[in-house]
Amino acid sequence: MNQALHRAAPGSAWEVAHPDGRHAIAVGLTEPISVRISGPVGYFAAGMNEQATVEIAGNAGVGVAENMMSGRVHVTGSASQSAGATAHGGLLVIDGDAAARCGISMKGVDIVVGGNVGHMSAFMAQAGALVVCGNAGDGLGDSIYEAHIYVQGNVGALGADCVEKQMRPEHLEELAGLLAAAGRSERPDQFRRYGSARQLYNFHVDNAFAY
Amino acid sequence: MTTITTAGLGGHAAGTSPAAGTSPATGTAPATHGDQAALDRPAGDPAALGLRENATFDRTTIAAIRHAAQTGLYDIRGGGAKRKLPHFDDLLFLGASMSRYPLEGYRERCDTDVVIGARHALQPIHLKTPVTIAGMSFGSLSGQAKEALGRGASEVGTSTTTGDGGMTEEERGHSQTLVYQYLPSRYGMNPKHLRMADAIEVVLGQGAKPGGGGMLLGQKITERVAAMRTLPIGIDQRSACRHPDWTGPDDLRIKIEELREITDWMKPIYVKIGASRPYYDVALAIKAGADAVVLDGMQGGTAATQDVFIEHVGIPTLAAIPQAVDALQEAGLHRQVQLIVSGGIRSGADVAKALALGADAVSIGTAALIALGDNDPALESEYRKLGSAAGYYDDWQAGQDPAGITTQDPELSKRLDPVAAGHRLANLLRVMTMEAQIIARACGKAHLLHLEPEDLVALTIEAAAMTRRPLAGTDWIPGAQGTPATSAVVGANA
Ligand SMILES: Cc1cc2nc3c(=O)[nH]c(=O)nc-3n(C[C@H](O)[C@H](O)[C@H](O)COP(=O)(O)O)c2cc1C
Repeated sequence: MNQALHRAAPGSAWEVAHPDGRHAIAVGLTEPISVRISGPVGYFAAGMNEQATVEIAGNAGVGVAENMMSGRVHVTGSASQSAGATAHGGLLVIDGDAAARCGISMKGVDIVVGGNVGHMSAFMAQAGALVVCGNAGDGLGDSIYEAHIYVQGNVGALGADCVEKQMRPEHLEELAGLLAAAGRSERPDQFRRYGSARQLYNFHVDNAFAY
Repeated sequence: MTTITTAGLGGHAAGTSPAAGTSPATGTAPATHGDQAALDRPAGDPAALGLRENATFDRTTIAAIRHAAQTGLYDIRGGGAKRKLPHFDDLLFLGASMSRYPLEGYRERCDTDVVIGARHALQPIHLKTPVTIAGMSFGSLSGQAKEALGRGASEVGTSTTTGDGGMTEEERGHSQTLVYQYLPSRYGMNPKHLRMADAIEVVLGQGAKPGGGGMLLGQKITERVAAMRTLPIGIDQRSACRHPDWTGPDDLRIKIEELREITDWMKPIYVKIGASRPYYDVALAIKAGADAVVLDGMQGGTAATQDVFIEHVGIPTLAAIPQAVDALQEAGLHRQVQLIVSGGIRSGADVAKALALGADAVSIGTAALIALGDNDPALESEYRKLGSAAGYYDDWQAGQDPAGITTQDPELSKRLDPVAAGHRLANLLRVMTMEAQIIARACGKAHLLHLEPEDLVALTIEAAAMTRRPLAGTDWIPGAQGTPATSAVVGANA
């Protein structure tokens, strides 16, 4: 099935029926095609996606859209752990909740979650933006680098070196764009922004217990 | 960050030695200005005066304690474990004798080719020699060094491996067979490079630091390295030690399936482990569907790791191989899932011994860097300026390598001529291969992979116990049940 999708003509549209929670569906797509998966998927759906638009009508297992480079992945249900892990680009939209480690090590992807995210989300997040319309669990943004985090609801304990930051006009603009791209109606001014205090960027013995 | 004091170098650099002017040996007062000759005289060997160094608090230990106290920093360095460990030197080959015929050198063939990854991959890798180049990241190494590795390996028909930091043009462009590492950090990971690779190596660990992530200190995070890793310039980078989207053997099986699906089942998939519990790790890697297992012992080099990690975590290469082979044999997949061994491989003898114990190939890291020019005695004065010496230089994390290998400084990197250095590496690889052939022929083997444990005996009790080969001149295998010697002892006690 994946091999057929790898050979698909740009612009073509595909439907994967009865995915039945199988793993590695629609992985490694390289062309601007659109794929609709009508049902729940297992691990790593739409992994390493490039250019393609993938819609998962249902819940997604671990690591949906992991290491995505570009394109768009939309989960209409909820997603398990490590959604969007290490992804370099593109847009990941999750209408429901995302479990722990959403956006772990993200490297440029934008992620919009309609519900809540679990603990340690945006752990070691390097670049890109994580938008959470609900609440975020403990350890948010632990050891974060330059990624932007926006949360509308409550945040548990922030992770090491992650702090609340001022929402400046450029951030409101970025957030408005992401919410619009994800088809959401939340108001940007209801969100708070979090990011790196940049205190752990270089080793310092006084920070020994934060590493 | 390593502080090798001149005392640690054997005390022959009196001019800079803190001990030079204080004559600790005799307890006399420091030499005065008038006594220039005494000042210039080397301090000499304190032991010759009857002074006894404390084996527990030796000079290296004292220097480490002082360094920790003065700076509040632990030591980070490159290279592998420095302590003496049971190793390939503790094994010997039994050449052919009455019961086995040797092969005629230079006339009768002794083949060296190996195929890796035929278990599941549609395009397995064919190597002309079982000596491959281990994964070393661009970032830890200069672009020139990566190019030299690619040139040297391609000249003799073997593979190189990327590292934590992605694939570079220098390496892909010059390496005929390139293994692409899939690491926890996923720096620079992308599907294009995945498809450009000839094999994929999922890295779980490294022998120098099983259970640890990578490190790259700020001096080496230049603009190019930072861009490849999506990081701010100049930060001290710590890579993750755990994969971000899977944990454990069941997940690994699914991860391997995903990688195969992305690459249409073309590429061999290796799993690299640091030697700690090799029997279980290899068994689980096989079960997860690996085509090959890379097993790295604690002598294995690293670009930058805490010294405490390098010296105290993991087990020696020698101890790890038999356990890995057990797992392969029990699965009925020995020689079908290839075992690639690394960690302290220096010569053709080491290669032959690793293969005889059951490996299908080996990888070299440190030896390859030395071939390129690392620790060259011609650079002695420059190493001294950095507080080190030729033969001791291990500040590979610091980015100031005068040989232009472990650096991102454009001026220093330029010193390494990738063509000449690549050729030196090719020479080393040829010598190692020929040396292994010499031994194999002496043991009557027409292929390096025909070497077997029965060709070996152990020189030490430790090596005998670890490799389950008898101590030379005896039939004693410590710990083995049912050998004549053990049963005799049991019988005597009964
Ligand atoms: C400079 C340097 C960089 C390394 N970088 C990596 C790396 O990025 N990924 C990895 O799996 N191993 C890395 N290693 C470990 C090697 O792949 C290999 O396991 C080790 O060097 C083998 O032992 P040897 O140095 O005794 O030959 C590195 C080693 C060195 C010396």
